[in-house]
Amino acid sequence: MQIQPVLAALRRHRLATILIAMEIALACAVLCNACFLIASRIQMTHVDSGVDESFLATIKLTGYDEAKASDLNARVTSGLREIPGMQSVSVINEVPFGETAGNAGITLDSAGQKFAGVVDFYVAGPGNFEALGLQLISGRAPRADDFQPMKAFLPSSANVIVSRSLAEHLWPDTDPLGKEFWCGDFHFRVTGVVAHLARPSAGEGGPGTIEWSVFTPAQPGANLSGVYLLRADPAQLPRVLRDARAAIAKLAPDAVVEQQASQTIGDLRQVYFRQDRIMAGMLLGVIVALLLVTALGIVGLASFWVQQRRRQIGIRRAIGATRGDILRYFQTENFLIVTSGIALGMLLAYALNLLLMTQYELPRLPLYYLPAGALILWGLGQLAVLGPALRAAAVPPVVATWSG
Amino acid sequence: MFGYYFDLARRSLIRSPILTAMMVLAIGLGIGASMTMLTVLHVMSGDPIPEHSGQLYYPHLDARPLSSKDDKNAPDPSANLSWIDASNLLRAHQGDRQAAMAGGSVLVRPAQTSLRPFFETGHYITADFFPMFDVPFRTGGGWTQVQDEQHERVVVLNGDLARKLFGDTSATGKIVRLQDTDFRVIGVLNDWYPQPAFYGDTSGHAFGKTDEFFLPLTTAMDLKFDSNGNMSCWGSGGDQRTSGECTWLQFWVSLDGPTKVHAYQQFLEDYWRQQQAHGRFARPVDAKLYGLLAWLDHMQLVPGDVRLQLWLALGFLAVCMVNIVGLLLAKFLRRSGEVSVRRALGARRRDIFLQFGVESAVIGVAGGLLGLGIAQLGLWSVRHRPDDYAHLAQMDVSMLLGTLVLAIVASVLAGLLPAWRACRITPALQLKTQ
Repeated sequence: MQIQPVLAALRRHRLATILIAMEIALACAVLCNACFLIASRIQMTHVDSGVDESFLATIKLTGYDEAKASDLNARVTSGLREIPGMQSVSVINEVPFGETAGNAGITLDSAGQKFAGVVDFYVAGPGNFEALGLQLISGRAPRADDFQPMKAFLPSSANVIVSRSLAEHLWPDTDPLGKEFWCGDFHFRVTGVVAHLARPSAGEGGPGTIEWSVFTPAQPGANLSGVYLLRADPAQLPRVLRDARAAIAKLAPDAVVEQQASQTIGDLRQVYFRQDRIMAGMLLGVIVALLLVTALGIVGLASFWVQQRRRQIGIRRAIGATRGDILRYFQTENFLIVTSGIALGMLLAYALNLLLMTQYELPRLPLYYLPAGALILWGLGQLAVLGPALRAAAVPPVVATWSG
Repeated sequence: MFGYYFDLARRSLIRSPILTAMMVLAIGLGIGASMTMLTVLHVMSGDPIPEHSGQLYYPHLDARPLSSKDDKNAPDPSANLSWIDASNLLRAHQGDRQAAMAGGSVLVRPAQTSLRPFFETGHYITADFFPMFDVPFRTGGGWTQVQDEQHERVVVLNGDLARKLFGDTSATGKIVRLQDTDFRVIGVLNDWYPQPAFYGDTSGHAFGKTDEFFLPLTTAMDLKFDSNGNMSCWGSGGDQRTSGECTWLQFWVSLDGPTKVHAYQQFLEDYWRQQQAHGRFARPVDAKLYGLLAWLDHMQLVPGDVRLQLWLALGFLAVCMVNIVGLLLAKFLRRSGEVSVRRALGARRRDIFLQFGVESAVIGVAGGLLGLGIAQLGLWSVRHRPDDYAHLAQMDVSMLLGTLVLAIVASVLAGLLPAWRACRITPALQLKTQ
């Protein structure tokens, strides 16, 4: 296929050519960035919480007298353990995807000078480490003597277990076991590292901080009460949670169940990422509509050109061009226009990404999105031009002899 | 003449139904998507109390030490006032009316056994709140400054909570138990839910039914009721609520006329200097007095996702417009013969231009009507989102008309270039080649 005559013909339709190329360029810019936004949203919803989500549920109580918190803990934990199918009940301050309770800034020195970021403290009574199903990768699980009494919202000195992500942030390339850190007057020593443990509210300080969690063993009491972690077989979990909620009315008539916070972890996760899923769906809708409209434009202009050139097509057929030649002519023409649009579109996509990066916390657009977007648009262009090009190929040579 | 052009446009559009349908669909989709997001933006940045927003002002002081840095991910601590500053501004009484307030959540313990205790959100406020915002009462009324000073246990209920607790009987004069204290209901509001709830801490929930009760701030302080807004502290030690180093209160003042506004601004600057003399307010004097709408703008109530969606929709509209320019160009140039005949018969260039302009506008009207339908569909889907602003997503008359106007403007704009090309067709050349 010779490109020369195609270019010569396009030069005579400069305006229309530029319009299609511009449309492709705009579509390329929006397409690449929208796909990237979808991918980053979906990646966010796939975060590994590090816990056995399908086995876990939580119950949150409020409104009880703080002075009777220890008594409440005892009543609730022993009462709920009676429920058939319940594997364990433990006292904790927060659960993944629930409400945040233990966010605090930490330092790597006791004087409070070397600020190391805002982390999340899971303050947990005995049984939680096993119930959560945390996967230990070095060090040891909490021992009975690790559970210290609470002083305000944390124990004053504790042996803690951190996530791998936090360990790598605090002590890159060194063994975290035995290392220390502080939060005001509170002191911590690392005795174990787990593979994953997502904080309840992901994303403060950016997506990179989602696993900055510290598992802090502590004794339940006045400052650690009201939130309970239930573990049961996934098949029985909904029923067990229902029974547990019903049992609370008898076990703790003085307390109020916070309905929205008392769910299975799976349901909490669903609610937590609902916004992101909606946004991803809406972006997908925009992409589909965008491709549709772009295809409409190509079909419209290509049809116009075919109609306008009927006579020339007839002449070409009459002097020996095959149907395939005509078909390929329009396909080549479309390919050239789309390619020039894509070239401009890649620059636009990059510029749009830079703009989005200043407005929203987005990473840089990975380069492989550009060829991927180009492939989609080439495909779309060829698909859209196929109809008009087939009609052009069907023009009989006899048209050449018609006048007008 | 317009009638004739309109008839020509109708005939031409019917002659090529597929191309026409493509153009109407393209403009409909673009307009529908844009208007959905523009409507969401419109309802979220509307004026919550149009009659009084001109007189309401929010003083902005910054008592933080120089070392405190701004954090993009956290709410702005200087958006609120500390107890000390709020009390000082209240006592100074320099505005026509002024009130300090904070949001809070309390446990309501209903008297009837059929209802379990439940949490409800509301506001702790001072007496001027009700007259200043012209809050509509169904029965009863607010309280006085004297009652504020006496820390009285009175409460004003909003419509929903009054109905939930007392049904259709009048709630005024009844007793409600909040946390562990009895409060006397002295008024019931006529379902007052301004959108956004501009007066409170808008960094959290600003839309939806946020407040079901109002009780004196002094009483809430006495009883140590929890506040639920943002509390930012930079000092340490002491009670955070009464400290001068913790901000958590919102403050509004009503000022009638520019002279009073100017005087209040002056007063704020003097106050800042006076506090500096007492060793507070380390930062250089920078007192601001925001009008209500300017304040809401400053607080950026529109979430980033909504703005992102708006930009996407507008980008989509741009692609649609380019698309329509191309299609109209094809359509108009295809009729070169017709244009040549008309020109040869004496039509001027501007007549041709007008003719095609009318045709573009007709496409715009059709696309606008389709876009209206698509926007309604889009708003319906927005209303099913879990966001607190979702229920607001309704079109009012101005947005309805705006949709049609935008569609017509967009299509006429898109038609400009093709119409210009069409009217430059040389009649003789075209007629010769025919």
